[in-house]
Amino acid sequence: MKSFARRRRGGITATFEPAEAHVLASLAGQVVELLRDRHGTEESSADPLGSAIGIGGPSLPPDDPVLRRLLPDAYRDDDEDAAEFRRFTEKSLTSAKVANAERLIATLVDGGLDPDDEGADEVEVELGDADVQAWLRSLTDVRLSLAVRLGIETDEDTEHVHHREDEGVRAMADVYDWLGWVQESLIAAVDPT
Amino acid sequence: MTQAAPVETEEPDVQDVTELQSPWVTIVWNDPVNLMSYVTFVFRNYFCYTEEKATELMLAVHHDGKAVVSSGSREEMERHVQAMHEYGLWATLQRSDAP
Repeated sequence: MKSFARRRRGGITATFEPAEAHVLASLAGQVVELLRDRHGTEESSADPLGSAIGIGGPSLPPDDPVLRRLLPDAYRDDDEDAAEFRRFTEKSLTSAKVANAERLIATLVDGGLDPDDEGADEVEVELGDADVQAWLRSLTDVRLSLAVRLGIETDEDTEHVHHREDEGVRAMADVYDWLGWVQESLIAAVDPT
Repeated sequence: MTQAAPVETEEPDVQDVTELQSPWVTIVWNDPVNLMSYVTFVFRNYFCYTEEKATELMLAVHHDGKAVVSSGSREEMERHVQAMHEYGLWATLQRSDAP
């Protein structure tokens, strides 16, 4: 991948290898699926009015540790307040996260990604301001999800996962590191300091 | 048909109200995933803090495990926490005098 850079006329661009674009789109897609598994699609909502104004969600935290990290409690020591807050906000938080991931995938498709075929062409994305916001948030959600699956709970774990016996874990750790680099590169392009 | 009856009210002074009540705070907690540059970006981008203040808060989160990033009314802090969760930061709110 060629890192993100700001073009003179303002857009932020980057070029991905086809395999990289596929991994990224697929991971973002998995986050969407996970969030939808909890909430279903809007059409199947039992409470259309509540759904329309974004309330009436569940009050209990998710069982899945990834979802629990993506949709954390807002109150640390008060289960009742946490439940109430969750009931009123979790749906809109979920919708925002789904929209961010879908926007990330859409910009990859615009850049030449064919979701059904890896192909040989590089994928060149060009991001406007709103795309940048969606990318940064979605990259974070994907990295948080991978970190939970990898069991990363401390700074040291980030290094340790590279030495685990399981080859699949090590491969996932490489993807996790790479996504950190992608995000770092995007921040540097947006916010040069 | 109906219409809301006119009532005479005085605009409440929001500043006074928040100062009388025990204010609430938004706390951001450290995690091993979020990049230092990203956390600083979020504090600048969302709270419109200066580079200096955003960096200071990010370092406080990193070194102390958490930092109060904002204080005010409960409703305001709930909005901030929701926003932080959308950014993927781990945030909670509580009364400022909570242990």
